[in-house]
Amino acid sequence: MNQHLGKRIGNKMIRMILLVIASSILTFMLMKASPIDPLQANVGQAALGSMSQEQIEKLNEYWGVGTSPVKQYLNWAFDFVRGDMGTSLLYRQPVSEVIAVKLMNSLFLMVIAWGLSGVLGFFLGVLSGMNRGRWIDRLVKGYCLLISSTPAFWLALLLLMIFGVWLKVLPIGLSVPIGVEAAGVTLQDRLYHAILPALTLSITGVSNIALHTREKMIGIMDSDFVLFAKARGEKGWILFRNHGFRNALLPALTLHFAAISEIFGGSILVEQVFSYPGLGQAAVSAGLGSDMPLLMAIAILSALIVFGGNMIADILYGIVDPRIRKGGAG
Amino acid sequence: MRKENQADIVNTSEEGPILKIEHLNISFRQYESGTHQTQLDVIRDLDVEVRAGEMVAVVGSSGSGKSLLAHAVLGILPYNAVQGGRIFYRGSELTRERIERLRGNEIVMVPQSLSYLDPLVKIGKQIKRGRKDKKTADKLRGIFKRYDLNEEVEELYPFELSGGMNRRILISTALIEEPRLVIADEPTPGLDLRVAKRAMGHFRELADMGAGVLVITHDLELALETADRVVVFYAGCTIEEAYRSDFEKEENLRHPYTKALWRALPQHGFQFIEGTQPYVKEMPEGCPFSPRCDMCTPQCKGEVPYREMRKGRVRCLYAK
Amino acid sequence: MRDKNLRQRVLIGLIVGAAILLAICVGGLFCAEAAKTSDFTRKNLPPCLTYPFGTDWLGRDMLARTLRGISLSILLGIFAAAVSACIALLLGIAAATLGRTADAVITFVIDLLLGIPHILLLILISVALGKGFAGVAWGVALTHWPSLARLIRAEVMQLKESPYIQIARKLGKTNWYVARKHMLPHLLPQFLTGLVLLFPHAILHEASVTFLGFGLSSEQPAIGIILSESMKYLVTGKWWLALFPGAALVMVVVLFYAAGENVRKLTDPASVHE
Repeated sequence: MNQHLGKRIGNKMIRMILLVIASSILTFMLMKASPIDPLQANVGQAALGSMSQEQIEKLNEYWGVGTSPVKQYLNWAFDFVRGDMGTSLLYRQPVSEVIAVKLMNSLFLMVIAWGLSGVLGFFLGVLSGMNRGRWIDRLVKGYCLLISSTPAFWLALLLLMIFGVWLKVLPIGLSVPIGVEAAGVTLQDRLYHAILPALTLSITGVSNIALHTREKMIGIMDSDFVLFAKARGEKGWILFRNHGFRNALLPALTLHFAAISEIFGGSILVEQVFSYPGLGQAAVSAGLGSDMPLLMAIAILSALIVFGGNMIADILYGIVDPRIRKGGAG
Repeated sequence: MRKENQADIVNTSEEGPILKIEHLNISFRQYESGTHQTQLDVIRDLDVEVRAGEMVAVVGSSGSGKSLLAHAVLGILPYNAVQGGRIFYRGSELTRERIERLRGNEIVMVPQSLSYLDPLVKIGKQIKRGRKDKKTADKLRGIFKRYDLNEEVEELYPFELSGGMNRRILISTALIEEPRLVIADEPTPGLDLRVAKRAMGHFRELADMGAGVLVITHDLELALETADRVVVFYAGCTIEEAYRSDFEKEENLRHPYTKALWRALPQHGFQFIEGTQPYVKEMPEGCPFSPRCDMCTPQCKGEVPYREMRKGRVRCLYAK
Repeated sequence: MRDKNLRQRVLIGLIVGAAILLAICVGGLFCAEAAKTSDFTRKNLPPCLTYPFGTDWLGRDMLARTLRGISLSILLGIFAAAVSACIALLLGIAAATLGRTADAVITFVIDLLLGIPHILLLILISVALGKGFAGVAWGVALTHWPSLARLIRAEVMQLKESPYIQIARKLGKTNWYVARKHMLPHLLPQFLTGLVLLFPHAILHEASVTFLGFGLSSEQPAIGIILSESMKYLVTGKWWLALFPGAALVMVVVLFYAAGENVRKLTDPASVHE
């Protein structure tokens, strides 16, 4: 690592931290603006009785009417930084525990979908861009158009109808079989229950990366250096290996790391359809139930994941592209 | 394959031209306004011959579409271009299949700038086209020595090259093959005279080594320094083909435009003629030079053939 | 169609698409009553000639409900796209022309909004506005501008630095003249295309948030609510409740995408040779 790259990464880090702080403030402000009082919304529920007196007091001190919003935010922020994310009003558990379980479930799903859609999307985009105007290009473009016009949750419903209700080969919901102890859940069970959600997310994730790669590939194919490579007798696979691959991979990587946000958004919808107990489903319940501490934590976590993804893309770019690595341009 | 070999033998013995282009025309379709489409003829009638060991320069002003000539020979015109006329290579027609087989080894192009190199691939690997055998590596080392390039240059990326090296790197891409025909597209863009002369000198060397060299340039003065023959390109047509020696005296030249070019050379008084080349869409009938020509008559609005004259050729009814 | 050139074909496609969308909107207006009427003598009917989209468990005509839902989506989409496009245009130009500080602030806000997953942001805004119709409408309208603003910013910045505009300024042309004669012709195609492409995003996000249960009340036949209700009945094999409304939504979004692509083809100078 040279100095140039180090400075670049340092700057990105600072910006990322600022963005995460800003997103926590934004989330907090939006939640505060809500006419629904979180304590009121949850106090009526009988289960609140299971909370200890101290917990309720702490909640009041945190979110109560008497405390000024700025103080509330600072209280929350200092605790959060120390690792205390507060208590979920819905789940009656520390937020960190709720999130730990849900995050694992979601990550499992998202990593599979992210990887699959990335590889497949890049492949389709390259194929389409190198065969611009031919039937394979039309096919890929049509597929991408159709998929980006399809809401993820409806696709999930369709797959559910086909594989769950009609063919009865895959489970209708949940990440594990119903009534099985957490310890008894095997990896096989997990995979089995993750197939449909992961498939849905992968299918929807492909279109963005494929279309982007296609555009880049067309640009590369129209470039002077490919024209010259053709003039030197290169074509097809050789042309792609020598010139297309590297030049198309960089923008595709950047885009795909930035697309983590999309996959995350998609997972919220898909988890809802399949009753998959992940972060997305927790976010919806937290939103519907005005569970402020949980929603805040999820918002920040998702922002961390998204900005982290962007930063990885940037660093990768710096390592792979010689023009940036050697400080020549950009 | 066998047929081609036979043709090879016949032609090498007869010393026929290595490249012969007849009536090449290239056009594009384009929207005029709204949804109305027109045909745009960028090259209308182009005739060139190149023999082995000979360096021929096609001279035309910048932006006249002469780069398309190189692309047409190599079969790399853009998809929306329409090509007509015939191209022969060593006696038989240069078909699509044939050029796809020959380009990059027997027929090579030397591009005009570094933007024709992949920005993400090291120079050495690019010149070698990814070949890793020892023979190619040795050959490259030889070429670098010949052009006075350091071996470390192989490990550089295009953006790291200094201006002075560019020409030699680009021409190395031709020398690494075994070319019989070299096509150089505008090899001296914006170079100062000394560097430009040296670049032209490199191409002269290639011709002296036995290859046919076709240089496409806007610089008549440079072309006259090194080329054996000069073909003058005006408004989409070749209007004259002359030997270098013809340019010693104005009377030896055939076409009025070539004569005007001659008078515009610094050593002959820098005299320019009025007007500009007509734009593709406002092309006059018949002779494209007629609006600027002193000798123009109504006959010039008709068909003007490209005819032989004093070993050269000319597209003018009144050339003497 | 064969004898028409590309631009003529594109223009015809654009008109046909707009006509279909208009027909759906008008159809939705006339279906208000039919969409609410329940009739237990005809409940749970699979698709047939009288009810092409079938009926639901209350005997409501699914075709009427779908048309109503889609027209609601289109109207909301138009509202959201209009608001977002205005914000994008203003902030994009402001970032490019008002100096470094303004640029830094606006770019930061853009990055910030793009950093929170869109659906999550919509959930947050919807909660902030009390989870009603207004929450969804404003949520969708206020969150779709960042990418278009970024595009406009980049475009204006590039234009500002381009030689012919520098020269026009040196020649003493007024700002207004430069903006109108030299910048607008470049900006307009980008903006128009971006505007049309905002619709599908807005519509899909509106459907998604309503599907999740934020926003419209369950009596409103919004497409997200129709689909969310259908989930309960899928297991019992009533596939038509989900299939047709969803397919209709997809069709409308495809139409908008195609329209955006067509607008781009018509206004993009680079398509001159195709």
